[in-house]
Amino acid sequence: MIERELVIVGAGPGGMAAAISAYENGVRDILLLERDQYPGGILNQCIHTGFGLDYFKEILTGPEYAERFIKKIKAIPEIELSLRSFVTLLTGDKLLTYFKPGRIETVKARCLIMATGCREKTREMVHIGGTRPSGIFSAGLAQKLINIDGLLPGEEIVIVGSGDIGLIMARRFTLEGAKVKAVIEIQDKTRGLLRNVVQCVTDFDIPLYFNHKIVKIFGKDRVTGVSVARVDSDMREVTGTGFKIDCDTVLLSVGLIPENELIEMAGVRIDKKTNCPVSDETNKTSVPGLFVCGNAFMVYDLADSVSKDSEAAGRLAAEYLKKIGRAG
Amino acid sequence: MKIYDIIIIGAGVVGASISRELSRYKLDIALLEKEIELAFGVSKSNSGIIHPGTQNPPGSLKGKLCVQGNILTRQISRELGVDFKEVGELIVAFTEEEKLRLRELKKEAESLGVPRLEIVDSAWLGKNEPNLSKEALAALYAPTAGIISPYRLVYDLSENAARNGAEFFTETEATAIEKKEYFEISTSKGVFRSRFLINAAGLFADDISRMLGIDDFKITPRKGQEFLLDKKKEHLTNRLIFPLPTKTSKGVLVIKTADGNPMIGPTAEDIEDKDDLSTTDEGLKNVLTRARKMIPLIDGSDIIAYFAGLRPASGNDFIIRHEDKTPGFINVAGIQSPGLTAAPAIALMVCDLLKKSGLTLKKKLIFRSHRKKTIHLFTEPLKKAKALIKKDPGYGDIVCRCEQVSAKEITDAIDRGAKTMDGLKFRTRAQAGRCHGSFCTARLMKILSEKTGVPLKDITKRGKGSRIVLKDRRDD
Repeated sequence: MIERELVIVGAGPGGMAAAISAYENGVRDILLLERDQYPGGILNQCIHTGFGLDYFKEILTGPEYAERFIKKIKAIPEIELSLRSFVTLLTGDKLLTYFKPGRIETVKARCLIMATGCREKTREMVHIGGTRPSGIFSAGLAQKLINIDGLLPGEEIVIVGSGDIGLIMARRFTLEGAKVKAVIEIQDKTRGLLRNVVQCVTDFDIPLYFNHKIVKIFGKDRVTGVSVARVDSDMREVTGTGFKIDCDTVLLSVGLIPENELIEMAGVRIDKKTNCPVSDETNKTSVPGLFVCGNAFMVYDLADSVSKDSEAAGRLAAEYLKKIGRAG
Repeated sequence: MKIYDIIIIGAGVVGASISRELSRYKLDIALLEKEIELAFGVSKSNSGIIHPGTQNPPGSLKGKLCVQGNILTRQISRELGVDFKEVGELIVAFTEEEKLRLRELKKEAESLGVPRLEIVDSAWLGKNEPNLSKEALAALYAPTAGIISPYRLVYDLSENAARNGAEFFTETEATAIEKKEYFEISTSKGVFRSRFLINAAGLFADDISRMLGIDDFKITPRKGQEFLLDKKKEHLTNRLIFPLPTKTSKGVLVIKTADGNPMIGPTAEDIEDKDDLSTTDEGLKNVLTRARKMIPLIDGSDIIAYFAGLRPASGNDFIIRHEDKTPGFINVAGIQSPGLTAAPAIALMVCDLLKKSGLTLKKKLIFRSHRKKTIHLFTEPLKKAKALIKKDPGYGDIVCRCEQVSAKEITDAIDRGAKTMDGLKFRTRAQAGRCHGSFCTARLMKILSEKTGVPLKDITKRGKGSRIVLKDRRDD
């Protein structure tokens, strides 16, 4: 079996920043595993601007922001980037098994950084009743279909939740000629950044309902509409406030969950509510030498913050390897 | 025009089982299904339990066929390479009164021929089902209960029937039937003719029967809402956990599906609309409360998916009969629970009815009883997975992250007949995990489009009217 100094899982803004930082802090053997066919993670489908303001003091799109890191990674031969590499097993002593087209590899990591990002909460997790027709998407999937694949998921849209991806997709759908009929938020304030509310919703005159929830989704084959109602301060539906909105598409933007199934498998302590590793210090976990960074550690508002904190994970990994005495 | 010996209407587990059984004989068989794929009606939302035969009234037809079916399913699953796991079930008593009823249930089941029943006490339960509520006093243990994937069973039965000559027509909805010299079935795809006609139309069996003037039964859909939990909770229970049954249902159960997800449900609601597959807040609350009474560890946040199914109920028993008023016409209706279990026994019974009504059943020289097991990467040990990838690199190309489904499994499923996103889900489990297809939908659509030649914008979730996306911008 092959042993590597440092293995990093995920080549998004977190994993790439961690890899570069680990190298700059003296680690000379880094394996960076990415399940997609390109590095960059979710940045690739974020074609809007707003990235890099903190980190580069410039306004960049997601792919531009990713490109800065990808260039650096490619210039460092000590970082081996392995694409289409899908980790399926992880043990407490940092043994990783990953699938690639054509083979399965097992590698032992002396030190491990997990930069696996997060996934979107689904309709099922917020318990929206009604039917299950086509036309129900997570905001991120809709973004991928439009921006990467050139497909328009729907023409009359209701967005559930005011997370950043949902807000950004409100603008995106409008620019694509679709009609965004409402954004429905159960809380009394937005979950996303204020700038996204202004630039993506208010500026386009899209109705934004606070203290409202989707009660039911209608439609047999394709979504035909949703029913909406006001909620009280205990999130309970207020009777008599219900109304219906006709639409062919429902977008969910109701929160993100750190994707930590692998470290859970390895026995790392996970907070059941947030799915974050239980930890007193950023990037550290209950297993020595196993670090978690970026959105897998906690859900950040900005990619810039992900990169920054992930650099710290790279440093921690370098320190750990020095301590156990075989770095470099 | 071809005249079939037998036409079966409805490609759920009942129609598929009958077609496979009949494909042993020298007969021309056609199966007509109104949906775009098989198993898209009642069978797709079945829980997958192979019942032992308990909870059926003594002397009932469904009780008798259930006990037989439980035995027959084992051989069929071996022949077809469908995973059948004999996990056993517990009917749990929480009060002294319920405890007394366990003895009655045992006696009733034994009179139907259910084997190896045993009443177990709370000490046994504590040891064997540690997550069961401490308030459980005793249980009726039926070790012969099992679990199977209902849709994969239908697909594999049909595939085997087709290999033995049966013809399948999808998106072929019967709109009118006449009995002249032959049965003449007008459908959305033209007229089909046959000497014998079997109605296995599930929820719509009464509508089909009415087309031939037989309207003495009505199918009342009884809705069941089911809630699936994350696979992480796989070890919640070891066996299928039932409460004491009521008159109309077996109650809210805690089971583990064939794919390893715990599932809680179903509700039992008599409704009118045969298309009403909606789930409700009340349904969820009801199921959660009842399930937590048995397994307190269950948490609402563990739910990753839910759906509703409709049981095609007509009274309290199955209706399986030759209609003497219309010779050659056999109704197989009201096949609610335990229909999945009973299906192979129903198929034998239908063969018998056909024989009695004048059809000659002559065995084919060669009946191919076995099919090669479909490969599911997530069930294979690492060593086997390595060998598979060596043989075909597509097995190493993971498409669905939550359920570990490879590109090769997707293309295989399409080769075996999947045409829609739901068809892929049922066959491979891609999109069935915790992210609900957020990750793999785009890739699956592409593979489906490339393999079938259907443009991306016309890929559907489950056939007509259910397109995933509405426009391809590159067409503009």
